[in-house]
Amino acid sequence: MTFHSEIKPGTPLLQVTDITVDFDGFKAIDGFSLTLRPGELRILIGPNGAGKSTFCDTVIGRVQPASGSVRFMGQEITGRPEHEIVRRGICRKFQTPGVLPSLSVRDNLAVAAARDRRWWTTFSHRRAAEETRRVGEILETVGLSDRAETLAADLAHGEKQWLEIGMVVATDAPLILLDEPTAGMGPNETSKTARLIKSLLGRHAVLVIDHDMAFVEELGGTVTVLHQGRFLKQGTVDEIRADPEVAAVYLGRAKE
Amino acid sequence: MTDHPLLRHAWIAVLALAVLAPSLVSSYDLNLLGRFLAMAILAIGIVLIWGEGGILTLGQGVFFGLGGYSIAMYLKLASLEPGYLPDFMEWSGVMSLPWWWVPFQYPLFAVLAVVLVPALFAGLFAWLVFRRRIAGVYFALITQAVALTFATLLTSQQSTTGGYNGLTGFTTLFGMELGTDAANRTLYWVTLGLLVAVFAGSKWLIGSRFGTLLRATRDGENRVRFLGYDTTPYKVVAFALSAVFASIGGAFFTLHAGVVSPAFVGVVPSIEMIVWVAVGGRKSLWGAVAGALIVNFAKDIVSSAMPEAWLYVLGLVFILVVTFLPNGIAGLAEDLMKRRRERAAATGTALLEEAQ
Ligand SMILES: Nc1ncnc2c1ncn2[C@@H]1O[C@H](COP(=O)(O)OP(=O)(O)OP(=O)(O)O)[C@@H](O)[C@H]1O
Ligand SMILES: [Mg+2]
Repeated sequence: MTFHSEIKPGTPLLQVTDITVDFDGFKAIDGFSLTLRPGELRILIGPNGAGKSTFCDTVIGRVQPASGSVRFMGQEITGRPEHEIVRRGICRKFQTPGVLPSLSVRDNLAVAAARDRRWWTTFSHRRAAEETRRVGEILETVGLSDRAETLAADLAHGEKQWLEIGMVVATDAPLILLDEPTAGMGPNETSKTARLIKSLLGRHAVLVIDHDMAFVEELGGTVTVLHQGRFLKQGTVDEIRADPEVAAVYLGRAKE
Repeated sequence: MTDHPLLRHAWIAVLALAVLAPSLVSSYDLNLLGRFLAMAILAIGIVLIWGEGGILTLGQGVFFGLGGYSIAMYLKLASLEPGYLPDFMEWSGVMSLPWWWVPFQYPLFAVLAVVLVPALFAGLFAWLVFRRRIAGVYFALITQAVALTFATLLTSQQSTTGGYNGLTGFTTLFGMELGTDAANRTLYWVTLGLLVAVFAGSKWLIGSRFGTLLRATRDGENRVRFLGYDTTPYKVVAFALSAVFASIGGAFFTLHAGVVSPAFVGVVPSIEMIVWVAVGGRKSLWGAVAGALIVNFAKDIVSSAMPEAWLYVLGLVFILVVTFLPNGIAGLAEDLMKRRRERAAATGTALLEEAQ
């Protein structure tokens, strides 16, 4: 089974329309819309508390919007259970690394790479050859081949980040959401991550949330700015850099 | 644990000793050993749900009791003269056998009940609870409440359950006379065989993809969910299996002990079961078996010397283990082996360097 064959040309991959998320009266997202085409790169930025993580939570079904709709490959997914949304082809990396500490690096990836996720098919020691091949490939891509049998708990912070990116990629989901993938990484690791993300484009649409402007610049792609749960601006990296309103929002935060 | 060739094959010696035990120990000790092996079956179930699944349950006594009472009801009926009711029913003025006792006159029904009743009850219970994402301490407390309710219910329904005294006075099992040396030996070997089967089956399960997903769910349920898995079934299956193992353990315990009563199913026995596994090591199958045997032999010795002291000793042991040996005896053994291996490796490197 592959998701990619089901994507119809011309329809947007993800269409989020006018969503509002209400946490006991506080609107973390307030009438925000966003559309992604298959294979596209989009960068979502905004000051702390702008609602970026909440946006991901809403797409993936962890948070229910008070109003608005989320459509994926043309179908409404609002209100569906999380695992079902993921099986349709959206996978997300959390802001804090979410690897499985007592599993080996290889098993972490194998869990992610499994195509058949129905529980009654797991009473077996065998893994599909295709999955094993894919796990090997991703170990190469994220540079963890020689750490394959290490427990995820014993990895360095940056390695954990890569492992989780690897897990998200291993699902082969057409839409990948990466919430601050470079947090805690040095400059070298950051640009390695940028190259990794760029290599995914085309096959995967990727939505990246990040604060690091150097990283955003290296990535290129369209930037959407979110502020207090609302759409503020959209444009190329250079346009956003030069935008006085965006600067004010970030500077405003800095002055506080 | 498996790196030293002597240790790798130690299980063969242990198993051989266990098989030969009937000709090595007194019949009193054999009876004790049989009971404790039955408890070890239950302990393996706790490894699945608590060790691998990370879900603490304080209600294993319930399932131990379901198995024990299922087989005891059959034994009770099989030991009666035709036309009579169980003694405690007659004393309470019950005139005819309650409807839910009736099918237990058939041995096949009783045996199926030992497996199916806990599987269905635990499966349904776990599904309802886990689907609502109740976990951790809340889950432990709910299971404890179930244990309390079950024990209270058994005690209060004196006329149909035998009340506080439970069920006892069994004479035959599937046409075999109970209490003879031959019967005891056969029972012992069957218990041992089942323990080995449950051990091997659990080892297989833990190594399967199911086992990986169960541990993954323990590590980060959200992460697993957001990789597209429904995590509820893994927890439900592990809980139901642990219940079935507890029930089988309870049935065999009852056969060896010749009695089942609310004293084996309530809150305190359910906690004791957790202590066996904590002592042995909750992430290790052999650790859990060793824990069940060691703690129960210790209980036998302490209780016959100072009957009042056991619960204090148990409490103290539990505190010590939780504080100093979070992975029990098995964890300690593994750490020691690892240290030795590292020291050996270090010496090896030093020798190599010297040689160069
Ligand atoms: N479960 C929740 N209940 C109540 N308020 C919440 C909840 N989750 C997030 N919030 C609030 O919603 C706002 C948006 O949070 P969110 O985590 O989406 O911001 P963010 O843009 O990801 O910020 P950061 O850059 O710090 O990660 C914040 O003010 C936060 O305190
Ligand atoms: Mg965030």
